[in-house]
Amino acid sequence: MTTGPAKRVVVLDYGSGNIRSAQRAVARQGVEVTVTSDFDAALEADGLFVPGVGAYAACMQGLRAVRGDRIIGRRLAGGRPVLGVCVGMQILFERGIEHGVETDGCAEWPGAVERIEAPVVPHMGWNVLDLPEGSRMFAGLPTDTRFYFVHSYAVQQWHLGDTGPLPPPKVAWCRYGERPFVAAVENGALWATQFHPEKSGDAGAALLANWVSTL
Amino acid sequence: MSLAVRVIPCLDVDAGRVVKGVNFENLRDAGDPVELAAAYDAAGADELTFLDITASSGDRETTYEIVRRTAEQVFIPLTVGGGVRTVEDVDLLLRAGADKVGVNTAAIARPELISEIAHRFGSQVLVLSVDARRCRSSDPARPVRTESGFEVTTHGGRRSTGIDAIGWARRAAQLGAGEVLLNSMDADGTKDGYDLELIRAVRAEVPIPVIASGGAGKLADFAPAVSAGADAVLAASVFHFGDLSIGEVKHSLREAGYPVR
Repeated sequence: MTTGPAKRVVVLDYGSGNIRSAQRAVARQGVEVTVTSDFDAALEADGLFVPGVGAYAACMQGLRAVRGDRIIGRRLAGGRPVLGVCVGMQILFERGIEHGVETDGCAEWPGAVERIEAPVVPHMGWNVLDLPEGSRMFAGLPTDTRFYFVHSYAVQQWHLGDTGPLPPPKVAWCRYGERPFVAAVENGALWATQFHPEKSGDAGAALLANWVSTL
Repeated sequence: MSLAVRVIPCLDVDAGRVVKGVNFENLRDAGDPVELAAAYDAAGADELTFLDITASSGDRETTYEIVRRTAEQVFIPLTVGGGVRTVEDVDLLLRAGADKVGVNTAAIARPELISEIAHRFGSQVLVLSVDARRCRSSDPARPVRTESGFEVTTHGGRRSTGIDAIGWARRAAQLGAGEVLLNSMDADGTKDGYDLELIRAVRAEVPIPVIASGGAGKLADFAPAVSAGADAVLAASVFHFGDLSIGEVKHSLREAGYPVR
């Protein structure tokens, strides 16, 4: 077995919050991790990790301020891996709706991010998923694996149907409240999870290892 | 219901060491918080909570260093509370590696702090810690009455505020708190079980997750707290001194029909 130089991952830094965990969780998969908002570094890295917590509108504002939407778009045009987590997944959709106010997202996927309808919100804690067949993201993980969620908004309808000659995206769902929501998407170079792999213990580590193996 | 009931060990930290005393007095040293956090992670804890009990007077940098070291080794959610007074305190804790921050006394003094934190970082980082106690009429000179019969206390239960504990939790949720850490000052340290009446009262009024705290002493104490409406159960001394393990608690919850990780 040969080992080349370590793969390089950028954790995109576009606001406040805990990104130390993301940095450490990815780094322990044997890659070199840089936390930065530098355009060229984020474009050139082998993998881009897009975190995100808090309000959709504030995240999009922060993301645009570092031209994160362009970074994501240009990486995907070249088939370069991107992993969005939590609000970092939500901003990949067309729009977010908070308190009746719509905010445009990156529109890599159609669909809207809307508030979860449930007796207790946020959806907070470890939940199971309905996993897609033949997923690379969840390869090697038992079907009853739990991941850590903390969010009040989610994508509750998946609109991307016909993908032409490209393989269809693999979507994992989670059941909480009135409607199931999109828990993870694997779509070519673009992967995303509503849950936090960097906070999901061994299960999260296995998922991140699966992602790193694609870089 | 497939969302797992969370089992959360709480580490009371004083000057960088873990302590826990009955009713927050008579403190006893029980180890290094970072080591203990890693041990709890390995034992199956769903989250960890650090309560910095010397925060108001102590050196904050010690706490940040412990949070940093913990976040480097432990990949489950970490909540840090104690002495959090400003948005800047929250920012520093999140940057050190905390996922959630507990706010207590400072929010009682200035409830806008809740909306300020929620606006800047999102509700999901904000745990409102409520030290609730049944109103006592033992001091006839200063009788305290609230609508629910529970009041908010400060200083580890030693000071009365006269604020209705249920009303406070409800208001905090409206202001943007993402979760309530509900600590019964009557039950804390007794090991006689959680205050189920308090949990029921908060559950009925508050649409955010509720963590039951105070009173856990034996395995049979946990399932009733969930039945009363708790989304998570927190305990300290029973775990630190090895009376119960995380695994045993989860087994007891599973036996009672609740999903656990």
